[in-house]
Amino acid sequence: MRERTMSTNYQLKRADFIFKNENDWEEVLSKSISRPPQELINELISSELKGRGGAGFPTGLKWKVSSEVKSDVKYVICNADEGEPGTFKDREILSMVPFKVLTAIAICGYVIGAKEGFIYLRGEYNFLKPELLKAINEFEYYCKEIKLDFSIKIFMGSGAYICGEETALFESMEGKRGEPRNKPPYPTLSGYMGKPTVINNVETLAHTYTIFKYGSKRFYDLGVQYSRGSKLFSVSGDTPKPGIYELELGMSLSDFVEEFGDDDTKAVQVGGASGFLVPRKRFSETNIGFQGKLVGISLPTGGSMMLFNSSRSMYNVLDNYLNFFAEESCGQCTPCRVGCQQLLKGIKAVKRGEKNAQYLDKMLKLAETMQVTAKCGLGQSVGNSFSSIVENFREEMIY
Amino acid sequence: MKPIIELIKELADKHGRNRHSLLPILQGVVEQERYLSEYSMIEIARELDIPATEVYGTATFYTFLDYKKMGKNIIRVCKTITCSMKGEKQILLAIEDMLKIKIGETTQDGLFSLLQTNCLGLCHKAPAMLINNEVYTDLTPEKIREILTMYMNRKDEGENNVN
Repeated sequence: MRERTMSTNYQLKRADFIFKNENDWEEVLSKSISRPPQELINELISSELKGRGGAGFPTGLKWKVSSEVKSDVKYVICNADEGEPGTFKDREILSMVPFKVLTAIAICGYVIGAKEGFIYLRGEYNFLKPELLKAINEFEYYCKEIKLDFSIKIFMGSGAYICGEETALFESMEGKRGEPRNKPPYPTLSGYMGKPTVINNVETLAHTYTIFKYGSKRFYDLGVQYSRGSKLFSVSGDTPKPGIYELELGMSLSDFVEEFGDDDTKAVQVGGASGFLVPRKRFSETNIGFQGKLVGISLPTGGSMMLFNSSRSMYNVLDNYLNFFAEESCGQCTPCRVGCQQLLKGIKAVKRGEKNAQYLDKMLKLAETMQVTAKCGLGQSVGNSFSSIVENFREEMIY
Repeated sequence: MKPIIELIKELADKHGRNRHSLLPILQGVVEQERYLSEYSMIEIARELDIPATEVYGTATFYTFLDYKKMGKNIIRVCKTITCSMKGEKQILLAIEDMLKIKIGETTQDGLFSLLQTNCLGLCHKAPAMLINNEVYTDLTPEKIREILTMYMNRKDEGENNVN
C-alpha cells in the first residue's frame, strides 16, 4: 500500500521559463551587450546558477575566471553531447528555443572576450542540424547588424558518450580520440586548442538567457538554498507521463514519485546511469538538488529521472548500465577500462552461482577503487549506480 | 556519387588541411560511403599530411564512423535501459525476421545494415531507433514493417540505387 500521508502538503513546483517564447532574443542580446561585462557576471553570480549538465559548477564563477585570463583568442562552447541514459532535454531546447541558446553563447563571448562559439552536437542528433544552421544564419545576420563580431559553428560528434566530458570534447574537436585530459589545467585557462574556453551545458545557457532578461532575483527566488532556480527533468521509464518538465530544485523525491509514478514505483534512478538508484524506502528523505545543508540526502542530477516499478529486475538494470559503461569507457586509464569489464563479469558470475554472494562485497570495493582512481567522471561515477543498486537490492543480484 | 579521392579533396578544401578538420572529413566520407575503407583512411592521411595510423586510431574510436562495409541504410536500435524495458527485443526480432539478417550484418542487396546503439536521447518515446539520420520512435513490430517497407519501396523508385 502506498503512503498517502505526504499528499496533504504535497506540492511539486512547476516553472515555465526555458520553453517560454524566445521572440525577444534580439532585444535581450542588444541590451545585454550594452551593459559592462562585470555587471553581467555579477548578475550570474547573484543568481547562484549552477551548471545544469550534472556537475553543478557555479556558472558565474566560470565566466568570471575566463574573463580575467589574458589571451587574444578565447572560445565559448555549448555542450550538446547529451549522452547520459535517460536525458533528452537538450535536444528539446535546441529544437524549440534555439535562439535563447545562441544569444547566451554570444553574450558569454562578449563577457569573456571571445569571437567564436561552437555547439558540439552529438552524432545521434544529426537531424537537428539543418534547422539549427538556419537559426545560426539568422542570428549571425543580426550580430552583423548590431556590429557584434561573433560567429557560431556546429561541430558534430560521432557517437561517443565520453565526449560529453569537457576535456574529451576538446580532444574530439581537435580531431583526436575523445580521451579526457588531466585536470588541472581547467578549460577556463586551457581548453579548446589550449585557449581559455567557457564550456556550458545547453540548459545552463538557456537559464542565463532567463537571468539576463528578468534579472537574477527572478531566478534566485526559485528553488532552495544551495540549489537555486528551476531545472528541466527528463522523465522516463515506468511512468504514465514520460516527457520533459521544468520544476523547481529542492523537491523531495516522494513528491516527485507521487506526481510521476505509476503507483507501483520500486526505485528511481536519479542522474542517469552515472547517478544513484534510490529505493522506495528512501524516497521521503531524498531531495533533488546540489549537496548542501538540506535535510536528508541531496542528489544532483543532469535531469535524468528514470522510474522502475516492481515488475523490473534490478539485476537487468545494472547489467544494462554496466554494458553501457564497458562500451563507452574510452580505455585510457586502467581502473575504468578493466573495472567496468570486471564488474560486468562479476555480477554475471554471481547470478549464475559461479561465485558466492560475498563476491559482491569484493566488487563493491573495486567500485570504490574506481571512484578514487579513475581519471575522469565516467570511471569515477560507475560506482554510484553499482553501489546503490547492489547495496539496496542485494538479493536480486544473487537469486 | 563522387569518386572517394575527389570527395576527400573537396572536404579538405572545405574544412581545411589540418588535424582539427579530421572529424568533419571522416564524417563527410561516411555520409556518402556509409563507412571508411582502408583506402579512404590512407587518402585522408595523405591529404592532411598526418600518419595513417592516427586517422585509423581516431576513426575507430567513434561508433558512428564504421570501418567495415555497411549497407545503404544503417539501422541503429537503441538498447539502453528505457528502450530495453519498453520492448527493444521485439523490435530487433521484427527487423531480423523481415530482413533475414542478425545484429551486425548487412542484407545481400546491400540495402540495410542492422546495429545496436547506446542511448539516443529519446527515452520518453521508447523504443527508438535511427535509420541513417532519421529518427523513429514509439516503435512496435507493426510500425517496423511499415517503415522498412517504405525504405524498400524507395529502392524501386531508384532513389536507393546501390552503386
